[in-house]
Amino acid sequence: MIETSPQMSATSSQGRDNGSMLVVRGLTKRIGAQEILRGVDLNVAHGETLAIIGRSGGGKSVLLKHLVGLMQPDAGEIWIEGQNITDLNERQLGTIRQKIGILFQGAALFDSMTVAENIAFPLREAGEREPKVLREKVREMLDVVELEGQEEKMPVSLSGGMKKRVGLARSIIRRPKCVLYDEPTSGLDPVVSDSINRLIRRLQERFGMTSIVVTHDMKSAFDVADHIAYLHEGRIYFYGTPVQLQQTSDPILQDFLLGRSAEERGNKVES
Amino acid sequence: MIARSFNALGAPLVRLFQYLGEVVLLAADTFRSIFTHKLRWKLFLNQIVEIGLLSQVVVVTTGAFTGAVFSAQTFFQFNKIGMGSATGAVVSVSICRELGPVLTALMVAGRVGAAMSAEIGTMKVTEQIDALRALAVYPTDYLVVPRALAMMVSMPLLVAECIAVGIAAGYFIAIFLLEINGTYYMANMVRWTRNRDIIMGLSKAFCFGILIVFISCQKGLSAREGAVGVGRATTEAVVNASLAVLICNFFLTMLLNIIYPAGYQ
Repeated sequence: MIETSPQMSATSSQGRDNGSMLVVRGLTKRIGAQEILRGVDLNVAHGETLAIIGRSGGGKSVLLKHLVGLMQPDAGEIWIEGQNITDLNERQLGTIRQKIGILFQGAALFDSMTVAENIAFPLREAGEREPKVLREKVREMLDVVELEGQEEKMPVSLSGGMKKRVGLARSIIRRPKCVLYDEPTSGLDPVVSDSINRLIRRLQERFGMTSIVVTHDMKSAFDVADHIAYLHEGRIYFYGTPVQLQQTSDPILQDFLLGRSAEERGNKVES
Repeated sequence: MIARSFNALGAPLVRLFQYLGEVVLLAADTFRSIFTHKLRWKLFLNQIVEIGLLSQVVVVTTGAFTGAVFSAQTFFQFNKIGMGSATGAVVSVSICRELGPVLTALMVAGRVGAAMSAEIGTMKVTEQIDALRALAVYPTDYLVVPRALAMMVSMPLLVAECIAVGIAAGYFIAIFLLEINGTYYMANMVRWTRNRDIIMGLSKAFCFGILIVFISCQKGLSAREGAVGVGRATTEAVVNASLAVLICNFFLTMLLNIIYPAGYQ
């Protein structure tokens, strides 16, 4: 890894850093014959926004799913607020998952429910039954994600950007301490992407939520992140601030930043 | 050569046992959840409507035409030896013990099993089940428990309905079309049909309901690879549930016949 930040090296070797929101140590995962993660180490402080970037198919989404216990690692540890979640079973993970919201790549809205029912779902499951309270909370969340008046629509009639906003409203209605975003701007036009980036920033400022954004959209990463981690060949290859990333001369990072394939680089050297 | 044969035979066997194990584990997890966690009544009632109420047309039609054709075929054979009035007893006992539960189960496997597998499978491939898990909702509690309980309640009622309609249809065909003496028909039917025949039919219904729901839900929960995967899971759910019903029916018949022996005693 290059550009290791002081914050990373200050973390205890066991990962029991109680000051951090999330600590990952030596995470490995193999799916079939392919080794997706080969020892990922990460440390995310309370209230910070970390962008995890990397090439498509590089294991970013797999890493994100591990952080909320949706996938089990082959080896390594994940600590959330001082608790190792890799030892927990599905029911025990329920308590941890109340601290973490996740926005899926396709929003993963429940297609048999309206927008309002989707957003109110976590509250209903937590035991809230009062229709007035639910209505008010849903309205407040729709206001936050700028989708006022869309309560009765079904997910099938929403655009990609609207689905992501509804998914985000559902994941933050119980005010989790940390929100994970899986490719929040993929498949969206630049204007909608920008509004989603602003929304992520606003949520972080308004509610002080820790955010982890998995993306291969460099503009999105530079817009929202306090720190950026570059996942390459199953490991964190770079960890640093957006400014440090922009100033790097590392050829692998340069290729990614400039959107340059190895073939194109070869052609340039020859000419 | 021998090693290759073992390999060829072994791999499907291992897959079969793995699959059976997954179904059993899902069933165990569901029963554990039923006894230890809160039931979502709204989802349970929705499933009662889906499984019980909306299967009425299918079950009534199946029962009516099976009873009618069985009554006619039995009469054609029995009438040759002057036993036409025994038709009622044969129709009644057969429908209670075998035809009612098996045909209802096959129809429910096709209608409800396919729907369950497709719905859960679609949720799986569109990450909706991951979303449930991420929102701290255990998928078995939310998706399988209401369906399993609704099936356990609905199947015996549907089979009872199928039996009643089948017997009634057989009666009408026998009396009005085949002109059997109604008094003798009824007397023989009541004499030879015992409570244990009905209990046997309803017991089978309960068991078949359990088979259908867990096979269908397991297929849905293990669906992969988008629309193709959901289609495959749905087909496999219906085929496997139907085969399981037919195979288990034989063993249930042999077992229940020890507890509730057939015939006039």
